[in-house]
Amino acid sequence: MKKLKLSKTLKDNILTYGMVILAYIIMQILIGTGNVSSLMQGLLVPLCVYVILAVSLNLTVGILGELSLGHAGFMCVGAFTGAFFSKCMQDVISIDLLRFILAIIIGAVAAGIIGLLIGMPVLRLRGDYLAIVTLAFGEIIKNIINVLYIGKDNNGFHFSLKDSLSLGLDEGGTVIINGAQGITGTPKDSTFTMGVILIIITLIIVLNLIHSRDGRAIMSIRDNLIAAESIGINITKYKLMAFSISAALAGVAGVLYAHNLSSLMATPKNFGYNMSIMILVFVVLGGIGNMRGSIISAVILTLLPELLRGLSNYRMLIYSIILIAMMLFNWSPKLIQLREKYSLKRLFKKTREVQ
Amino acid sequence: MAALLEVKNLGISFGGLRAVDDFEVSIKKGQLYGLIGPNGAGKTTVFNLLTGVYKPSEGMISLDGINITGLKTIEINRAGIARTFQNIRLFKDLSVIDNVKAGLHNHYKYSTIEGILRMPGYFKMEKEMTEKAMELLSVFELDEEADYLAANLPYGKQRKLEIARALATEPKLLLLDEPAAGMNPNETLELMDTIRFVRDNFDMTILLIEHDMKLVSGICEELTVLNFGRILAQGPTSAVLNDPQVITAYLGE
Repeated sequence: MKKLKLSKTLKDNILTYGMVILAYIIMQILIGTGNVSSLMQGLLVPLCVYVILAVSLNLTVGILGELSLGHAGFMCVGAFTGAFFSKCMQDVISIDLLRFILAIIIGAVAAGIIGLLIGMPVLRLRGDYLAIVTLAFGEIIKNIINVLYIGKDNNGFHFSLKDSLSLGLDEGGTVIINGAQGITGTPKDSTFTMGVILIIITLIIVLNLIHSRDGRAIMSIRDNLIAAESIGINITKYKLMAFSISAALAGVAGVLYAHNLSSLMATPKNFGYNMSIMILVFVVLGGIGNMRGSIISAVILTLLPELLRGLSNYRMLIYSIILIAMMLFNWSPKLIQLREKYSLKRLFKKTREVQ
Repeated sequence: MAALLEVKNLGISFGGLRAVDDFEVSIKKGQLYGLIGPNGAGKTTVFNLLTGVYKPSEGMISLDGINITGLKTIEINRAGIARTFQNIRLFKDLSVIDNVKAGLHNHYKYSTIEGILRMPGYFKMEKEMTEKAMELLSVFELDEEADYLAANLPYGKQRKLEIARALATEPKLLLLDEPAAGMNPNETLELMDTIRFVRDNFDMTILLIEHDMKLVSGICEELTVLNFGRILAQGPTSAVLNDPQVITAYLGE
């Protein structure tokens, strides 16, 4: 009995990893044979970014059971610290890969720390209140970065929240973060391969965490806070752990995102609440707590608007109709019944029984 | 023999309401102790005071000679008190075995890193946890359902699982809040056997709230009767149940 269950989670995990690796191989073959348009190739890294974001948000929403709408804020922290590091170290560390890996670690740690700091007051709240406060924090992070100026000269770093002139740089000094203009000239280190590797690392962290002692503690808090407390589980510790790991992984996605662009700006479009909501849509559509579902829905919903580009004005209309249809297909009880009735697994079983 | 649980002058007020007043009890190690009283008498409030859900307005609680008054719920659990709930509080979306493993949380430790990187410590501890959890489940005849979601268990088994989870925290004192609520007579009889079994085999001291008089008179050695937050009677079960005051207040004339 026990063996059966172990192999079930194992099977589930293998299916998830396998799906990612298979998609990667197929994509590489298609690129190799020249069957992928340059537009599609440009979408590959953002796809990886969204997948990581969806999986990491699912850790907060599905496993910890708290609704967070500030995920884009953590991505923003990761993106800017990562890009800042790369920009500073461009001449010091000449090996691109090493610099990129360090940038990822720094971005993740920075986002994780911000997650921890924000989580401490915020996780005392529940439900709607938590959602509203995280939404506000996400916006605050974005707005702070929009007025942040950092420059470097021979005397070291200069900070300002006013404008680039008040940095008081010496001759030969450079402005690294230029307020609303952000960071320009970040090395383009992100590749599709790197993105897929990061997806797999994210999955390993999230899936292994869920199926461990800590994961059980986190899920027990989700299911019944009072009971979790009564069996001696430290609520604050595990809430913060899940929240900051989720934030750190969003930071990783941010670093990947930043190194795919030559100029990084904190606009409402990429780090605003629109983005946070979009990530939440990936999670809800793919199934709350279901990592594989998050990956699939992130991929489909990112590709969809591009595939529908030919329909010009009707594009967003059709996008939203498909969104509603998918939501119904995934969650309506009648359709779930229907799916179970005609599922491949059942059909196979039936034929086997007949034989 | 010294008392395991010693409660003196315990009281709490919610605004103007005196929910529990001057509650005293002394429970010896290995005892099966009953707390009864009409609805709203403050029985569950006493449990909540003992487990740190509410902070007492006054009074003293000591467990095994250690003062635990005013500690947090998790600290009290670590000191050795575990409980079940009147309205079952299982981790519904976890499997039956994971519910018990969550109870083992503080006794089998490995770090987060070991868990994420699947280092040897993870496999060793998880194996021990699984063995221990299955052992507990088989005591309650739940081992067949180890992989079910807790929410899918029938009612009686959910109650048993809650007891198993509480026992997994290796308490010195087990508090059961209406364990027989919603059970049919046969299930209640079975539960009585289970409670006795737990006391004898786990060397456990048990304090239980119950309305089912058959269960109370069948297994409890001593009783405390609460009425309007105050102690009405206290002593050996048969004496208390024959007290005319108790019969008037609770069992009906």
